[in-house]
Amino acid sequence: MRSFTYERAATPQQAARAVGGKPGAKFIAGGTNLLDLMKLEIETPTHLVDVQDLPLGSIEETGEGGLRIGAFVSNTALSAHPRIRRDYAVLTRAIQAGASGQLRNKATTGGNLLQRTRCPYFYDTNMPCNKRSPGSGCAAIGGFSRQLGVVGVSDKCIATYPGDMANALAVLDAVVETVQPDGATRSIPIGAFHRLWGDTPERETALEKGELITGVVLPAPPGGRHFYSKVRDRASYAFALVSVAAVIQPDGSGRVAFGGVAPRPWRSKQADDALPLGAKAVIQQAFADASPRDDNRFKIALAERTLAGILAEVGS
Amino acid sequence: MKFDAPAGKTIVDDPTVIGKSTRRIDGPRKTTGTAPYAYERHDVVSGQAYGYIVGSAIARGRITAMNLDAARKAPGVIAVIAATETEPVGTSPFNTAPLFGGRDIAHYHQAIACVVAETFEQARAAAALIRTTYDRDAGDYDLAKVKDGAKIAPGWSVPEDIQRNGNFAEAYAAAPVQLDQTYTTPDEAHAMMEPFATIAAWEGDKLTLWTSNQMINWSKRALASILKMPAENIRLDSPFIGGGFGGKLFIRADAVLAALGAKAAGRPVKIAMQRPLMFNNATHRPATIQRVRIGTDADGRILAMGHECWSGNLPGGSAENGAAQTRALYSGPDNLTVSYISRLDLPEGNAMRAPGEAVGHLALEVAMDELAEKLGLDPIEFRLRNEPERMPGDPSKRFSGRHLVECLREGADRFGWSARQSRPASVRDGRWLVGMGVAAGYRGAPITKSAARVSLDNAGRVRVETDMTDIGTGSYTIIAQTAAECIGVPLDQVRVDLGDSRSPVSSGSGGQWGAASSTAGVYAACVELRRMVAEKFGMNADTARFEGGRVVDGKTRRRLAEAGPLSAEGQMDYGDFQNDYDMGTYAGHFAEVGVDAYTGEVRIRRMLAVCDAGRILNPLSARSQVIGAMVMSAGSALMEDLVVDKRFGFFVNHDLAGYEVPVHADIPHQEVVFLDTLDDVISPLKAKGVGELGICGPGAAIANAVYNATGVRVRDYPITLDKLIDKLPDVA
Repeated sequence: MRSFTYERAATPQQAARAVGGKPGAKFIAGGTNLLDLMKLEIETPTHLVDVQDLPLGSIEETGEGGLRIGAFVSNTALSAHPRIRRDYAVLTRAIQAGASGQLRNKATTGGNLLQRTRCPYFYDTNMPCNKRSPGSGCAAIGGFSRQLGVVGVSDKCIATYPGDMANALAVLDAVVETVQPDGATRSIPIGAFHRLWGDTPERETALEKGELITGVVLPAPPGGRHFYSKVRDRASYAFALVSVAAVIQPDGSGRVAFGGVAPRPWRSKQADDALPLGAKAVIQQAFADASPRDDNRFKIALAERTLAGILAEVGS
Repeated sequence: MKFDAPAGKTIVDDPTVIGKSTRRIDGPRKTTGTAPYAYERHDVVSGQAYGYIVGSAIARGRITAMNLDAARKAPGVIAVIAATETEPVGTSPFNTAPLFGGRDIAHYHQAIACVVAETFEQARAAAALIRTTYDRDAGDYDLAKVKDGAKIAPGWSVPEDIQRNGNFAEAYAAAPVQLDQTYTTPDEAHAMMEPFATIAAWEGDKLTLWTSNQMINWSKRALASILKMPAENIRLDSPFIGGGFGGKLFIRADAVLAALGAKAAGRPVKIAMQRPLMFNNATHRPATIQRVRIGTDADGRILAMGHECWSGNLPGGSAENGAAQTRALYSGPDNLTVSYISRLDLPEGNAMRAPGEAVGHLALEVAMDELAEKLGLDPIEFRLRNEPERMPGDPSKRFSGRHLVECLREGADRFGWSARQSRPASVRDGRWLVGMGVAAGYRGAPITKSAARVSLDNAGRVRVETDMTDIGTGSYTIIAQTAAECIGVPLDQVRVDLGDSRSPVSSGSGGQWGAASSTAGVYAACVELRRMVAEKFGMNADTARFEGGRVVDGKTRRRLAEAGPLSAEGQMDYGDFQNDYDMGTYAGHFAEVGVDAYTGEVRIRRMLAVCDAGRILNPLSARSQVIGAMVMSAGSALMEDLVVDKRFGFFVNHDLAGYEVPVHADIPHQEVVFLDTLDDVISPLKAKGVGELGICGPGAAIANAVYNATGVRVRDYPITLDKLIDKLPDVA
């Protein structure tokens, strides 16, 4: 770990200014991902701006019947909130499928959106990695890629966004709210928040330098039945091979997003529209442009079977 | 004391302490944080500096240059030792991979430098400033590719690890029913919770290591050879160990670098190997390719049994002998078991819990299941029909004690085996496909000489000293029980000091020999102490009874305390008569699993082990040993996989997030039953080890249960869902 300086921000905008104005500065909230990466010198910030005590730790009703979740609401608090449990159950289920109780106590809503990939070559600083060290190459391509992406990836990077919470936010049409160093605010639809890797896998989100997530807005509840199926090699405490977030209406229509397969929660209108036709039709739409490797090709069949399991439960 | 004939009646045959479920005597220290583990021994020596290890970035080749300037100038740095500035250290007789020094690189994450600094953070930060360049050589990293050029591996006691009995090839060819299948198991990591850790301090030319090590005397000798110094100038102290599983049988880089670092820094140095190095710097269980051929008659009597196992290692390394149990388990006139070895340039393969047998069962016991189905026999019945009279691989040997039939029969009753549907994929519970599986288990019961000192003070308290280790297994408690039983005092009057190389040399902990060997050594010392007490009291040691803190002989009755202080040393040695026997432990392992019909996820529902391991010294800690081994076996069947990058030659998933071992949610229900037999060939205690028996078979029972649930046979471990889903019924 490299030496760094540290400050606590008093307001969101001051935090944004502090990071925006200083090369090498980063925000820190729960620290559940950043600290590990700093110990391995995958992240080497020179200055940390601590934002976890900013007054963005509550969940409030919006005028439109939805909820505004402060950026620093913990994963534990968010998943346990009565309105979330009642009206946005897919979010509770997704959060509780991830990490451990201890980590969920520390992890924040904003930070969870920013967690970085778990590609093993990203974690080993002896290996080439375009995300960690742009231009150095990708060791995962042609290597051990069983956990890695099958769709939306590029010839520069095949990593996935590893989280669970964002897959639920994707089917809830959540909007990420931010503040920039100049005080301007933005509302970024969740579907546009995580970038596809393309030629710049080191750029992972739509956030600009210094831009701070202040909250996540959920529109009015979508109704329907909520599902989150996370499939993995052991029963708990593992990242998904594939996960499926779904909200299914009584008429068979609905929304579906896949996790563990792409640089972002993988949702499309075409896939949603295919839901009444069954899992096979959805997968044909969602993975039409897939480019799997030999060792992760199974993820497409697994996604189909996992969704089929959800649809069977709806039908039963 | 020499054990040179099967035991008759002994002083522990009417036990009041041995054989009773007894809580760990060291438990309160562990639960209150006062048990001293190596890295936290802040009090043993002052001025401890921190070392941080740098591992090689290549798997094979040569260091061309190391730039150490920035690290040496970094804040808090006291010393930097680098491979390029250090002559290669010596080799130990137990290891093959070079531990430190010189420019040649034999495997990924081989230690190439160590930074010593005032704080851990300073050492870590400075270590990251070292810049190293290499000339990379090509290497062999793919077992399947080098397998065809393999040689027959050296055996433990014979030049070649091959056993032939009869003519396998002819008998197999002539057998009416045949099975010929190949199974593969991946490299596996010990993944113990406590990493390698050592504090080293020099006093003149004398070196003390407070470390975490299973085999104190092996390692003292090894360190003398590695550092080229007299063994008598070395002291090792390892009273508590946070898991070893065979990974800590040896001196590793932490100990070598702490010693060299302490010399360079002129003060004590402590090192814990960082977790990401614990998979490529450490030893591991090598991957295997195993071919099993079994021929039977139409009634399921085995006529020919062949088991061949291929593995790879660095030059000079040993093979993973997956055929070990096949020499002992089933009758059959014509047998062939062979281990082959090829050179691989991966990190060093070496012992991990039940080396050989743990992965051997994953092949043999699935082959037995496959053949039982082919014969239309229940898999238990098939095994019962092939119960041997003498050891099949070496018919000159009798069995010292074998109750495999009882293990399987009792297990079948308790598990409800009769409810198993022999037709696969015929039980459904909601979305779950449900199946049951069985496997036999065999693990050798080696025993070896072991010594102890037993002292009596004038308050009637007993103290046992031996360099035996407790790697979480419960050695403290069974040794205290043995002394309490032999000397006739309550358990709380016995103090046990372990893990110090200044104490009499024990068996150490490994190979499932620790419990039986170390307690026999304590028994020998107790017999000597009893002789001294009897002599002091003018009694006959053979007729005196030691009980309740008193010694009674005829009408004479004395308080034991009156004999103190006395101190006795004893060692148990073993006579050649044991060569006439195969000494082993046996189990019937049962598993029930559910397989998600949609996702292919395998979830264990329940497990049972019925174990035959001689006298069970402490049923409570023996059960813990077996259930822990069953968990590890479940891991090897379903998830553990140290993945080789065949281009760069290293284990990719080198942390505890990437190398998945079972979590609580994977292991819902386990039951262990001990037959509590007595084996009078093994030692006067008639007890055998159990710590490795529990990993021999459960994984195969799980694999067989997966087949019974789904009708899909996966022969390449681990059985992950990607190997199942394309063969499960269509669900879309």
